Amino acid sequence: MIVLSDVLILAAIVFCISVAGIFINRKNVIILLMCIELMLLAVNMNFIAFSYFLQDINGQVFVFFILTVAAAESAIGLAILVVLFRNRQTINVEDLNSMKG
Amino acid sequence: MVELVVFYFFGAVLVISASMVVTIRNPVFAALFLVLCFFSSAAIWLLMQAEFLAIALVLVYVGAVMVLFLFVVMMLDINIARIREGFVRFLPFGVIVALLMLIAISLIVGSGYFEMKMPAAPASAVSGYSNTTELGKALFSNYLYPFEVAGVILLVAIIAAISLTMRKPRSSKAQQPSLQVKVKKGERLKVLHVKAEPKQDQGG
Amino acid sequence: MADNMETIYLCIVLFPLLGSIIAGLFGRYIGRSGAHWVTIIGVGVSSILSLIAYKYIVFDNGDIYNGTVYQWLVSGGISLEIGFLIDRLSVTMMVVVSFVSWMIHIYTIGYMHDDPGYQRFFSYISLFTFAMLMLVMSNNFMQLFFGWEGVGLVSYLLIGFWFKRESAIFASLKAFLANRIGDFGFILGIAAVLMYFNTLDYWEIFNSAPSLADEKVMLIGGYEWSLMSVICICLFIGAMGKSAQFPLHVWLPDSMEGPTPISALIHAATMVTAGIFMVARMSPLFEYSEAALNLVLVIGAITAFFMGLLGLVQNDIKRVIAYSTLSQLGYMTVALGASAYAAAIFHLVTHAFFKALLFLAAGAVIIVLHHEQDMRKMGGLYKYMPITWFTCLIGALALIGFPGTSGFFSKDAIIEAVHASTLPAAGFAYGAVLACVLITALYTFRLFFLVFHGKERMDNETWSHLHEAPAVVWGPLAVLALPSLIIGAFLVGPLLFGDYFGPAIYVLHDHNVLAEIGHEYHGVFGFILHAFLQPPVYLALAGVFFAWLLYIRLPDLPEKIASKLKPVHQVLLNKYGFDDFNQFVFAGGARLFGRALWQIGDVKLIDGLVVNGSALSVRWFSGVIRQIQSGYLYHYAFAMILALLLLIFIFVHY
Repeated sequence: MIVLSDVLILAAIVFCISVAGIFINRKNVIILLMCIELMLLAVNMNFIAFSYFLQDINGQVFVFFILTVAAAESAIGLAILVVLFRNRQTINVEDLNSMKG
Repeated sequence: MVELVVFYFFGAVLVISASMVVTIRNPVFAALFLVLCFFSSAAIWLLMQAEFLAIALVLVYVGAVMVLFLFVVMMLDINIARIREGFVRFLPFGVIVALLMLIAISLIVGSGYFEMKMPAAPASAVSGYSNTTELGKALFSNYLYPFEVAGVILLVAIIAAISLTMRKPRSSKAQQPSLQVKVKKGERLKVLHVKAEPKQDQGG
Repeated sequence: MADNMETIYLCIVLFPLLGSIIAGLFGRYIGRSGAHWVTIIGVGVSSILSLIAYKYIVFDNGDIYNGTVYQWLVSGGISLEIGFLIDRLSVTMMVVVSFVSWMIHIYTIGYMHDDPGYQRFFSYISLFTFAMLMLVMSNNFMQLFFGWEGVGLVSYLLIGFWFKRESAIFASLKAFLANRIGDFGFILGIAAVLMYFNTLDYWEIFNSAPSLADEKVMLIGGYEWSLMSVICICLFIGAMGKSAQFPLHVWLPDSMEGPTPISALIHAATMVTAGIFMVARMSPLFEYSEAALNLVLVIGAITAFFMGLLGLVQNDIKRVIAYSTLSQLGYMTVALGASAYAAAIFHLVTHAFFKALLFLAAGAVIIVLHHEQDMRKMGGLYKYMPITWFTCLIGALALIGFPGTSGFFSKDAIIEAVHASTLPAAGFAYGAVLACVLITALYTFRLFFLVFHGKERMDNETWSHLHEAPAVVWGPLAVLALPSLIIGAFLVGPLLFGDYFGPAIYVLHDHNVLAEIGHEYHGVFGFILHAFLQPPVYLALAGVFFAWLLYIRLPDLPEKIASKLKPVHQVLLNKYGFDDFNQFVFAGGARLFGRALWQIGDVKLIDGLVVNGSALSVRWFSGVIRQIQSGYLYHYAFAMILALLLLIFIFVHY
């Protein structure tokens, strides 16, 4: 049978991979956005696991909201990306430092 | 037993595809691997009796969000070579951060910090149990208000995305009251002077 | 009559103030003559009313007035008020002050005729009269202090009257600072009085003084001090400043920078007597402190002797007289210390006459010699200015205490009083004042011989214009010569040995030296005859003889003595180095301190550290922070992750 820790460890691994991804792909905004989606997935996995093993539907409700917000976030993020590319002809993070102090 | 095998299989697929997402050079492939990630997680979620969410993940994420990602990736003309430079240089750094993170998480999860007993896997659901129904009950009773807020957030996201990416000037028609008010009589009304003519047909 | 007295006393004070305000604030509108008329009338009314008050108190034996005319404020049970205490002491002072001041007003019309600050000057001297009258008429310490400071202020204004002269500004500042030091002690004394007597009213304090005579206070770590001594010494420090006693005497010679006759008269005859008057007024306190009396005695003796010595080497005729004033003030102080308060006031009065005479005589000489003040360029003037010569001789004789002159009675009384005193310091003081008689005679007649006798050392231009001073100048000399000569004989009996001052001056039985001398007093002639059995007369005559010897008979000798005793001469010329010492230590120290405050406190600490420093530190700090604000997303993400890791580790382990 699956135990809770199996799922939690799986989620942790996925989370860590996505964290690593942020640092490895520090230049590509699209990949960064994908990594964030992956992180959210890992977090959702935790919620589902707890919901299942504790027999509590509230966890799934949270996943529902997270999915909603994540969808909105990625939609706006991609829209910003498109506008950005249109204006600067690049999505390289290195070039996006106009907020540098 | 079968569940365990399925879990490990999809878990392995998930980990591998996640690794591919962050390491592969071409963003298109990365997006496709991300789709694979979502599929395998959906499978795992199914194992854990979250059927509605699993389906929603596939439909919403794979069907909508990831397609959007692919659109954008393909639409933008990205210089991949330049984007990927420094990859090897940052790899050890990323791995170290990831390992630290992993250690930290395992410290929390493994230490029994929450004094939570490992619950055994619950028995299979009784017949007639519907995950969707339960979720719906929760959403529309306790979480009605957050649900409405979520809807508003989505609406805002739609409007934001459209207004951000709208390129052309406005082409819609609208009334302009100021112009309407300023209108003069001469612009709209023309008085014609027509000669009066005697009635031809008298008595007719 | 008695009912009207309060109004009269008020008018005495307020008329000069009114004149001062009108002349000072509206001088431009009333013009020059308006200014002198309004002030002269004001002070004149004041002096005539003073005379009426004098007649009422002294001759008619009227009631002593002690009352409050205005209550300024009440705070914590202490009432600050304006009130008058008019008894024989204060009424005597009132007459002296208002009359001297009146005379100055009249004299000034001629002296300051062409000065652009005419109205201002009249305003000042009227204000001076007001402040001095407030001082002498006061019945409480608050008002005394007000008058005290007012006199100090006007003195500052008058010394620096010609404010375009560098030396006048310096002298006025010096006088002001020296007086401030004294006032600091004075206000401490008043504070001590307020603290222990819980009132500022004279009579209440004097009445409770005997009960507090044995009170002890702890000042510095464990030493017990007699309360009375502390109070009296503090008050006397104030008197030292105002009456130019050693070591706060430095301002008086420099005060000659002011307009000549006025500054000399105010500083020589009127204002400097404030300290003497104050100590006499405080006699019920001083009587209970032997320590303070001893200190007064010693300070007075030092001032009398050493300042007299300085008079020997000065060549400026006005400065010689200024130093003689210091020396005579020393005499008065000695008298105070010996509990012979009446003798001090007596000498104050006689000194006012003969010193005014000498100053005006000097002024006459200076005018005739076209503003030459150096005695080395005078000589032989007796042929050309017989009246001046004669009146000056009277003044000089009075100053040295020649038997029969006014100075003789007052000075002899002081010397006798010191001789009779049983205080420990009396022996030293007696020696000092005796020696000073010799010195006084020496420098006085040095001046006299150098100016009026010997070779005529002025240049030809001046020599050809020599003549007697005009009548307007020698007139006052003649007027002053008479009292200088005879007033002592008239006053000595009642003032010293009669009960002239009544309860105004209080002397303990043990200290009552005047009463002791009084036993041997048998009329004026007896007093004169008795003097011939005492050393002072012979010392004075010896001084005159030496002066004659040195400056007439052997005029080369002083030079030789000076060169033989070069170090001593040098010390005297440098006025014992007091000026240099003050200049170097106090002024230099203050400048150094100020410079340190400026350079370190202001420039470095405030400007550098606080103002620019905070700005610089913000800049530096933001410069550091800016490095963190790289603008790269992954940097921020990394910071977030690191913080998250840190939080998790903390969370897990603690």
